[in-house]
Amino acid sequence: MEATASLNERTEPTQSLVARQFDDLEQQRGAAELGMWIFLATEVLFFGGLFLAYTVFRSLYPRDFAAASHHTIVLIGGMNTAILLFSSTLMALAVRAAELRNQTTLIRLLLATAFFGIVFMVLKGIEYYKDWTDHLVPVLNFDWHSPNPGPAQIFFWLYFAMTGLHAIHITVGIFVMLTLALMARTGKFTTGNYTPIEIAGLYWHFVDIVWIFLFPLLYLAGHR
Amino acid sequence: MDASTSHPPSPGFGETGETHGPHHHEAGHDHEHHELGFWRKYIFSTDHKVIGIQYGICGMIFLFMGFSLMMIMRWQLAYPGQALPLIGKWLPYIFGANSMPDGKMTPEFYNSLGAMHGTIMIFLGVVPVAFAAFGNFVVPLQIGAPDMTFPKVNAASFWAFAVGGAIMLTSFFVPGGAAKGGWTSYTPLSDIADKGPGFHTVLNGQSLWLIGFIFLITSSLLGAVNFITTIIQLRAKGLTWMRLPFFVWSQFVTAFLLLLAFPPLEAAIIMQLMDRTAATSFFLPAGMIVNGAPLHVSGGGSPLLWQHLFWFLGHPEVYVLILPAFGIVGEILANNSRKPLWGYKSLVFSVLVIGFLSFVVWAHHMWLTGMGSTVSAFFQTTTLLISIPSVIILSAFFISLWGGSIRFNVPMLFVTAFLPMFGIGGLTGIPLAFNSADLYLHDTYYVIAHFHYIVAPGTIFGLFAGVYYWFPKATGRMMSEFWGKVHFWPSLICMNVIFLPMFLQGMLGMHRRWYDGGQGWTLAGEHIWGLSGFQWNTPISWAAWIMGLAQIPFIINFFWSIKHGKKVNDNPWEATTLEWTAPSPPPHGNFVTTPVAYRGPYEYSLPGREKDFTMQNEPVDPSERSRRMAEPALAH
Repeated sequence: MEATASLNERTEPTQSLVARQFDDLEQQRGAAELGMWIFLATEVLFFGGLFLAYTVFRSLYPRDFAAASHHTIVLIGGMNTAILLFSSTLMALAVRAAELRNQTTLIRLLLATAFFGIVFMVLKGIEYYKDWTDHLVPVLNFDWHSPNPGPAQIFFWLYFAMTGLHAIHITVGIFVMLTLALMARTGKFTTGNYTPIEIAGLYWHFVDIVWIFLFPLLYLAGHR
Repeated sequence: MDASTSHPPSPGFGETGETHGPHHHEAGHDHEHHELGFWRKYIFSTDHKVIGIQYGICGMIFLFMGFSLMMIMRWQLAYPGQALPLIGKWLPYIFGANSMPDGKMTPEFYNSLGAMHGTIMIFLGVVPVAFAAFGNFVVPLQIGAPDMTFPKVNAASFWAFAVGGAIMLTSFFVPGGAAKGGWTSYTPLSDIADKGPGFHTVLNGQSLWLIGFIFLITSSLLGAVNFITTIIQLRAKGLTWMRLPFFVWSQFVTAFLLLLAFPPLEAAIIMQLMDRTAATSFFLPAGMIVNGAPLHVSGGGSPLLWQHLFWFLGHPEVYVLILPAFGIVGEILANNSRKPLWGYKSLVFSVLVIGFLSFVVWAHHMWLTGMGSTVSAFFQTTTLLISIPSVIILSAFFISLWGGSIRFNVPMLFVTAFLPMFGIGGLTGIPLAFNSADLYLHDTYYVIAHFHYIVAPGTIFGLFAGVYYWFPKATGRMMSEFWGKVHFWPSLICMNVIFLPMFLQGMLGMHRRWYDGGQGWTLAGEHIWGLSGFQWNTPISWAAWIMGLAQIPFIINFFWSIKHGKKVNDNPWEATTLEWTAPSPPPHGNFVTTPVAYRGPYEYSLPGREKDFTMQNEPVDPSERSRRMAEPALAH
């Protein structure tokens, strides 16, 4: 262990923020940001697979999709859109606060971002509950007025799969924000190394953008 | 499983590692500390070299497993319906009573073996070895970096792979056995197989295949993110893009292919998993009749959607298998012909073009679905276009040999075999690119022979070459030259005895999924058309088993040489790229002094020099500079 440790820690104490494989803080920041962007590219393609499935089935069954989309709750979806956009603004301000080394503001903004994430999840939960009582959950609790419920079921599977995966991403984001807020109390991010805040921000904006696509496709398809 | 299998060789890699490190192991080192260090250092390590070796050893074990499954299948094809001697009695104890009652294979078990052979070979064997193992071990060394950008992500990638592999293996032992839907897991078969009484909802072969796959995809994605950021961010000073070794380029493009092709499949796999467990029907059409009874699903889904999503991964995946081999071949070819790699820039751009085009050819796997002439015209065109960069690469490799003073050591033997073998595989693919020809050849042994020529004597020979070539860097010792040749020649001969006759079998119409080796087809051939002498299943099978024996020298050579191979210096092949400036084996952190690159990757036989190789970190002196300015080929 001793030998490993001594090999591990070649870096000088002044450079303790920089991991061994990097030359300087700048390179480390660039690498972390690039890594996040590339990760987000995989996420785009991951949701892209589901969007492709949505496109295929909507072009196969346009009327059933419109009819099924009528049963989603636009009010809640709309409120959630506004909430996510607002929390994204707060996140952007949090990155700015970290850049300006303003610890108190940073913590407050991170907590506020997480708070609106939680509000989003609560509204989403209410909406899922309404879907359950309206008999819109396929297989478990599905009651459809037309004689051929297959295509409408596919719509609701896609609805639950896509919003569900999005909700998982939001949940991860909330935990990330809370963890960062805790870590920020030690002043870790207000000494010049605010990379974690920045890449968490990228992630949060991405989650926001996915919702911007989900909202019209799932909620507004049947409303003209 | 995986942890313990990568366990035994590690001390060998480690012991020699310490003698070169900046901090020597003290003679009186505390034993207890050493034990603690072992686990952190060789099992749960974040060092790119250790992770590369872990990947390599696990991957090679999986390659051997996948090959063993095929050797069992070849018995059924050569001697259909006969009991497998010797091991036949014992196989039911491993694979369950329904696999081989009395040593005779059941059709279901044959399907399982076929599906798992493909899955294990591609996703647990070749990709981990070609991309993850060689990429992890070699790329940071070649670009002069101390490690990958995200070492912990790198370790997570390996452990996700290990979990995925373990799940895949577990699926052999659940009721009903492993997945039977083929390595492509086509719906609706894969949606409805392994369901009903006697099967667990989740713990059945087909569902475990999907779950295992999610872990494997996660592993590849984490790896790809890491590779791309590492190559972009951590290149040594002076190592410009056009000074990168060709191997690094090939890994860079491979990483992009994995990055962009896998996520849509992950979405598709989640949908198929929902089809199987949550009773959705994304891929199940309405009105299906199974075993004479209508299937109770809501229906409306599209099986074609699965095929599109699968092949959107599947085709780039083909290039994931071959591009790293191209990279390895390029390195070894330049080194052993003692000449610069011919047409380096063309090679780089060809790899980039392949990377791009591989995303727009996927539907050529689906001609039989009847997609209409407009769509198939598009995909035929792109498929033919992608053969151009492949031919450029192969031609450049052949021209690199011209006029070189070639050294036929073991890595070079494998590389010289790679070139014509890949050529055969590539050229026989062209008829398959045409819709009209493919309608006949599809799902025959012709296709099997075509892609195995690319992957088996192509990619896998490339991987063997790479193992022999970089072994001294990983251990400080050489593998035996003699036993390498004993490994090489039988492998080369057997490969051709196995796969060449399959072209003819396929053109004569032998279907690739016949579980009895096409007995009816043989009979019809003899009695109706008077064709005799095409019963080649038996010689092919014997060649496969002999090839299995031919791998034993390699395995022994590999493990024996870790401790007892001939000790060599840091640059035994007299190569030019940066990894050979590091000590062998490289210590944690890789380089004693941070390398700086002053020249291109393949400056062999430079005029006016004593040695016939000039390493990338040798500065250019003024007299050489003026000479280089006069010669445009050396200007970069």
